[in-house]
Amino acid sequence: MTDQSRIRNFSIIAHIDHGKSTLADRLLEKTGAVTEREMREQLLDSMDLERERGITIKAQTVRLDYEANDGQTYVLNLIDTPGHVDFSYEVSRSLAACEGALLLADAAQGVQAQTLANSYLAIEAGLEVIPAINKIDLPAADPDRVASELTGIIGGSPNDVLRMSAKTGEGVDDLLETLVKEVPPPQGDLDAPLRALVFDSYFDAYRGVVCYVRVVDGRLESGDSLRFMATKEVHDANEIGFLRPKAQPVSTMGPGDVGYLITGVKEIDRIKVGDTVTSSRILATDPLPGYDEPKPMVFSGLFPTDGDDFEDLREALEKLRLNDSSLVWEPETSKALGFGFRCGFLGLLHMEIVRERLEREYDLDLVATAPSVAYRVTLTDATVREIRSPQDLPESTERSSIAEPYVKAMILTPTEYVGPIMELATSRRAIVGNMTYLSPERVELDFEIPLAEIVFDFFDILKSRTKGYASLDYEPASYREADLVKVDILLNGQPVDAFSAIVHRDKAQDYGKKMTGRLRTLIPRQLFDVPIQAAIGGKIISRETVKATRKDVTAKCYGGDISRKKKLLQRQKEGKKRMKMVGSVEVPQEAFVAALKVDDEL
Amino acid sequence: MTPAEADRFATYAAAYVHIPFCSAVCPYCDFAVVAGQDHLAERYVSAVCTEIASADPWRPLDAVYFGGGTPSHIDTHLLGRVLDSLSATHGLSAAAEVSLEANPEDFSIERATRLRELGFNRVSFGAQSFDDAVLIGLGRRHVPEDIVASVGAARAAGFDDVSIDLIYGSTAETDESWSRSLDRAEALQPDHVSCYALTVEPGTPFGRSVQAGAEAPDPDIQADRYEAADHAFSDIGLQRYEVSNWARPGHECRYNLTVWAQGEYEAYGNGAHGYRNGRRFRNHRRLDAYIDRIEDGGSPRAGQDRIEGWDAELDRLFVGLRRSVGVSAGPGTDTLLSSEEGRMLTAAGVIAAQDGRLLVSKPLLTDAVHRSVLALTAPNVGDDGDA
Repeated sequence: MTDQSRIRNFSIIAHIDHGKSTLADRLLEKTGAVTEREMREQLLDSMDLERERGITIKAQTVRLDYEANDGQTYVLNLIDTPGHVDFSYEVSRSLAACEGALLLADAAQGVQAQTLANSYLAIEAGLEVIPAINKIDLPAADPDRVASELTGIIGGSPNDVLRMSAKTGEGVDDLLETLVKEVPPPQGDLDAPLRALVFDSYFDAYRGVVCYVRVVDGRLESGDSLRFMATKEVHDANEIGFLRPKAQPVSTMGPGDVGYLITGVKEIDRIKVGDTVTSSRILATDPLPGYDEPKPMVFSGLFPTDGDDFEDLREALEKLRLNDSSLVWEPETSKALGFGFRCGFLGLLHMEIVRERLEREYDLDLVATAPSVAYRVTLTDATVREIRSPQDLPESTERSSIAEPYVKAMILTPTEYVGPIMELATSRRAIVGNMTYLSPERVELDFEIPLAEIVFDFFDILKSRTKGYASLDYEPASYREADLVKVDILLNGQPVDAFSAIVHRDKAQDYGKKMTGRLRTLIPRQLFDVPIQAAIGGKIISRETVKATRKDVTAKCYGGDISRKKKLLQRQKEGKKRMKMVGSVEVPQEAFVAALKVDDEL
Repeated sequence: MTPAEADRFATYAAAYVHIPFCSAVCPYCDFAVVAGQDHLAERYVSAVCTEIASADPWRPLDAVYFGGGTPSHIDTHLLGRVLDSLSATHGLSAAAEVSLEANPEDFSIERATRLRELGFNRVSFGAQSFDDAVLIGLGRRHVPEDIVASVGAARAAGFDDVSIDLIYGSTAETDESWSRSLDRAEALQPDHVSCYALTVEPGTPFGRSVQAGAEAPDPDIQADRYEAADHAFSDIGLQRYEVSNWARPGHECRYNLTVWAQGEYEAYGNGAHGYRNGRRFRNHRRLDAYIDRIEDGGSPRAGQDRIEGWDAELDRLFVGLRRSVGVSAGPGTDTLLSSEEGRMLTAAGVIAAQDGRLLVSKPLLTDAVHRSVLALTAPNVGDDGDA
């Protein structure tokens, strides 16, 4: 058991690409946790996709031994946090396992919205926040400006902000000393009943679910019978240990210790992040605060291009879920797309990552429908129903109102882009709130905005209107009633469920016009005229026609051409196989994807 | 032409002879042709005669077709040598159709007379258009008057089967110029017309310029021009018997009818394709490679495919459905009609089953039918012992 006064538990809060993983690598090196030979670049980001996108999806953690200038050896537990808006609950649980947080900002780019949001989480959680600037070796570095931004957020003097380069190692020794000095030691009660926080978990094919835990009070002993207070399940501590970063089994963990716990549970959703582990013999009276269940916010139908791949898709989803209990789905049938799954995601990035992993790691060819949100529909009999797909919206005669989820959005931007951002936000029905200057050049804009208005492409447009300088973070806010309608798109008179959308009445005409216009260019000419209509209820609000093909014939086909022409036509046929039949209309894959990018001409 | 008459060509013995020489290569052409190689004509014809002499002797030929290239571009006596070889190896039936392609600028009454003496009885002129601007745009080297003169010469020499080729839908063409071309074509009273949409083939000068951004032919405009042509030809008593071919009854090209009836045909010369003994075969396309192989005592074959079983049935539909008489019912047509795609083609009025045959009712959509045909899989024979 470690002496609490020698433990420092901390996280690093940083934006994507601001160097968190590189810094973690340096810390591992400096403390000798990993020899250079073992050192793999950015060791903590182990999933391929994370490496490629430079983001951390699943938090990982590591225990470091550091001999400080005072001659004492300290245990530094670095608790990694997922770096994206979609995973804010996970971030909050990781922070709850710490006493301190390093707020790391890129010396050129400064603080980004999501870093700011996570800093607020850290401050609210009562953590000691240590500001630091990374990448001071960059030619474009402006550490003074960034230092004043940082102190603008958390207070203090810009002169006290640490400056370093994780890449070159400059300033990393100072950081280690500062962590020891500034991060308060844990103050758990060794004699109290065990309370340990599950702040992360993952699935290991051999060991089952591995929990990452932080002991708050009492002792966690290997072999103990444990009770998980939220799920009320009882499991044995088959193995506990530290991550250095390789697993090192131990017999006892005490207050302040951070490590792993293996119980033999095989199903990831039986272990809840944020749950409190106590001893099943001496129960703690109260669980640790803050437990919640992350709720999916964004929904999209995923369909295999080839209907034969349906079972493969199901298996792939199940495999992904082994490590991602926030991924939920239910089977969905689309007249246009066949059999698939309506999947729920924590947010946009989560959705994108899952889709990409399915296609890349499981080699599936997918069509994804337009992302939707969860609407709350009040029926005429006053019952409330939550719907996650436009197809499930009850008829207008059966409902009295629809409420849609709003999010609290925060945008950090250079001041010169305030105008365009305001324009974008109001065009997306945002309710504009505060505007706070972090520095003369940078401003934080707060507003509430319907989630549905940002799920498509808001982020892309924001980036393009601000040359990439603005950053966005959001968190669920409230539900608000709105005048929403379902716009259906009909191909050849048949509604194409995959193209239906719930939109605000004021935008329905626009949506209909854009979709029909776009589909007219995306749907190839067929053997017959294909009318494309947009309709609300039975009322057509927009119409286009793809005229029938008039000429599709080889001019010459004589004795010398037969084998060659046959092969040519067979190749063309192969190309057509990638089309989806919607009724009797052939629709290329790309049409589904492209048609659903409704607003890119904005 | 009745369906029964059309199908009877399946029993014909036909032969194709390729003459690759041209005075210049047209910018849309992707055939096995050469320009400026006329000095090789004699050697080439000798090679062709060698190829014929070493062929598996057949029965007397019912139809012979000299295509190109420009068969009229080389000396007539060379064409005569080839005909002699064909007679010697296979024989020529008394009523054989002996056809050649000719360019208006190569033709004269003398040449026409000589060709008649050699035994040619059908001539097909590469007229392409009667509009100067269109002819220039197509890179042709004749003027409309050459066509009139050539047809006149052929008639005077006693050709009873005179055909002209036309090309529509090039960018230099207008509705008016096409209409004028059709008028002048009608005035010539041809026995037969082959009328083609300009097709931009990859690797040709046209293909390259379109790839570089030049305007490509508009398929809707081409459809309009096709319909205009069909009306014009009907007016002078020519009936469409294949997607791109119209004839006065009894003047259909019998060599081509043989091909489209899935009849067998020999093929000689570079790049020539034939179908015999159940195999579709092809010769080396390059002129020098062809000559070298023959002179070295080797085979000019570049490859062959055996056409049998289900493939042969699909092949029958592929070649036959371009004809207006369509094809007789068989396992292929049954499978198509009962397939989802067949039902859609029927519903869209593209194909129709009638009187024990399957027809393509919209010839301009034949490729859509063909794609479906070629993708058909053999019906499951089951366990009834028929397998």
